[in-house]
Amino acid sequence: MAILEKVDKLHQAIAWQGDIPITNRYTAGVAGERFLREIKDHARILGTRCPDCDLVYVPAALFCERCFAQLDEWLEVSSQGRVFTFTVLFRDLEDRPLDPPAVLAYVKLNGSNGGLVHYLGEVEPDQVFIGLEVEAVFKEASEREGSILDIRYFRPLKR
Amino acid sequence: MMTAQIKEFPGVGLRESDFEQRKVLYTEWVPNARYAWDAGVAIGRYLAELKEGRLIGVRCRHCRRTVIPPRVFCEWCFRPMDEWVPLPDTGTVNTFSLCYVTWDMRRLTEPEIPAVIDIDGTHPPVGILHLLGEVEPQAVQIGMRVQAVWKPPEERTGSILDIRYFRPVREG
Amino acid sequence: MGMRKVAVVGAGMTKFVRRALETGKELAFEAAKMALDSCELTLQQVDCVVHGTAPDAFDGVHMKGEYLADGSGAWRKPYTRCYVGGGTGVFAPIHGWYHVASGLFDICLVVCEEKMSSCQPHPQGAFLTIFDHTTERPLGPNLLWIFALEMNRYMHTYGLSKRDIALVSVKNKRNAADHPCSLLGDREITVEDVLNSEVLAWPVQRLDVSPVTDGAVAVVLAAEHVARRITDKPVWIEGVGWNLDTTYWTNRDLCYPRYVENAARMAYEMAGISEPRKQIHIAEPYDPFDYKELHHLEGLLLFDRGKAPEATALGITQRDGDLPVCPSGGLLGVGNPIAAAGLMKVAELFWQLRGEAGARQVPGQPRRGVAQAWGDLMQVGTVIVMGV
Repeated sequence: MAILEKVDKLHQAIAWQGDIPITNRYTAGVAGERFLREIKDHARILGTRCPDCDLVYVPAALFCERCFAQLDEWLEVSSQGRVFTFTVLFRDLEDRPLDPPAVLAYVKLNGSNGGLVHYLGEVEPDQVFIGLEVEAVFKEASEREGSILDIRYFRPLKR
Repeated sequence: MMTAQIKEFPGVGLRESDFEQRKVLYTEWVPNARYAWDAGVAIGRYLAELKEGRLIGVRCRHCRRTVIPPRVFCEWCFRPMDEWVPLPDTGTVNTFSLCYVTWDMRRLTEPEIPAVIDIDGTHPPVGILHLLGEVEPQAVQIGMRVQAVWKPPEERTGSILDIRYFRPVREG
Repeated sequence: MGMRKVAVVGAGMTKFVRRALETGKELAFEAAKMALDSCELTLQQVDCVVHGTAPDAFDGVHMKGEYLADGSGAWRKPYTRCYVGGGTGVFAPIHGWYHVASGLFDICLVVCEEKMSSCQPHPQGAFLTIFDHTTERPLGPNLLWIFALEMNRYMHTYGLSKRDIALVSVKNKRNAADHPCSLLGDREITVEDVLNSEVLAWPVQRLDVSPVTDGAVAVVLAAEHVARRITDKPVWIEGVGWNLDTTYWTNRDLCYPRYVENAARMAYEMAGISEPRKQIHIAEPYDPFDYKELHHLEGLLLFDRGKAPEATALGITQRDGDLPVCPSGGLLGVGNPIAAAGLMKVAELFWQLRGEAGARQVPGQPRRGVAQAWGDLMQVGTVIVMGV
């Protein structure tokens, strides 16, 4: 028997099919719980500030990754910001065409050192540019459930 | 700093009801993790033999051992294992369990009986994992002689399940 | 061998809980922060970070080491994750040890985290894939099978009863009642409770098994010249060892963990230990199941083969016995967040050897201990010897 035997017909390759039968359940965590509840209850985005490093974390974090301080200074940051970078998606996870294409962006929020990855809405893909000023569009209070999807999308700021 | 001096360690335990009643925020995700695991060279041959109703092992001439399941190299001396050895479908129960739960912890009324069965003709004796059948759970013993119960040829697909289970060898 | 002496100088841990509110990052942070605070170091003073955590599938986070990096204090530092299954918790400090012993770094933060409750309906869904996909998994196995088969073989080989083995569970759950972080400490538990608990996969019953757990543990390692400045009570890592047996577990002698013996011999030789039974004063062997503690005590050469149960029955392994075993309460009592559970044993030796274990303190000023973990495909032994 050779170590490498050539498979020249597909049916010669025997494979056992299976899966890993699990469902993951992620808690929002200590900081995430407060961050998401504020979006749900008040449509407000919170950050936490590290006084030593002078950084405002969004999404709010329990600790400063740079100096390891526990963060207890919570503050509201703006729900407006700028597109830091973006991409236009033409296919979904199963490789099916997306029509219309979706625009995904990293939005840096004003008054913070962080931001959110989210969809852009009410805008044509070819109108999007880096630096575009945008604002969060929240779902109605009755529809919000403490999820990042309580923000429907970000849309260009209307002047 | 002594642990004895720490009044309250961090960590907040939750109850299952906290999730059911949505007292905490959480998200769920089902990974779409589907696989097709190739049998490979040695196990491919093993499965082909199972389809014919036979067990087969391999021998390492250098280490003077015959093992099952077959493999293309000897993990002891790292030489190719290139001598196929037909083996009988009988063996000895090396160890067993009476299992009353499924992997997701549902109760079974009748236990499954997984066992490691040392296959006759291996040297030194080595086993494979399979199930025992046609035996009262309380009657199973380590050292019990067993033989394979095969599916009929037309139902065999080239799988470890071509052996339904092993059952006690009947005297006479 | 031209290696530098390395000491453990700090330790910290979270409570071990069934389902944590905290994210994995937050658990890691809490433990790591406590470890640094315990020896009055800042994150800036840490040269490198080592993380240990079990399969990604438990937390449901692929590239889990990377995900946990910020909570482990790894921001812009040399950082690695190591993984040898259940053996990870003792291997992670070994991994940190060679970073420092080699002279590459002076201070290494070692963090282990596990959040098994993320894995629904049961972490066994992820464990299933340790069985060979083609020759074993079609049989519909569950993880308990392997332990049940090994335990039965162990009992058969040495003529042991369930009662002999249940004593371990009782001892560890009672010890854990003194551990402020324990999930299953129980001062009142009896052998009858264990023997009457639900049969899962005979001979394994509910109280023979450690629970699914969330938690994190961290320790700080330092080179000798730094360690002596940080603390006047460094606990030295005197020897380390690790070893793997064949992947073909059904081809192995299941009644004796030879790979643990090989790992122990490696660690003892490095530590200059020729008579472990005299020179080891505390043992923290890996006890995810009660028989495993016995199995591992024999592999660690602390008792003759098949004789650890007798020693347990005689009280030798009690906290006030001649060789205290799992004075922490072990995985059976404190809980089993896989990688964190192994590192908890190293933290326990640190506290015990410094005389800081409070209600759990082993009497008689113990001077040397051994911690051990086990895992991968039921075939790895990881061993660390620590002394003052």
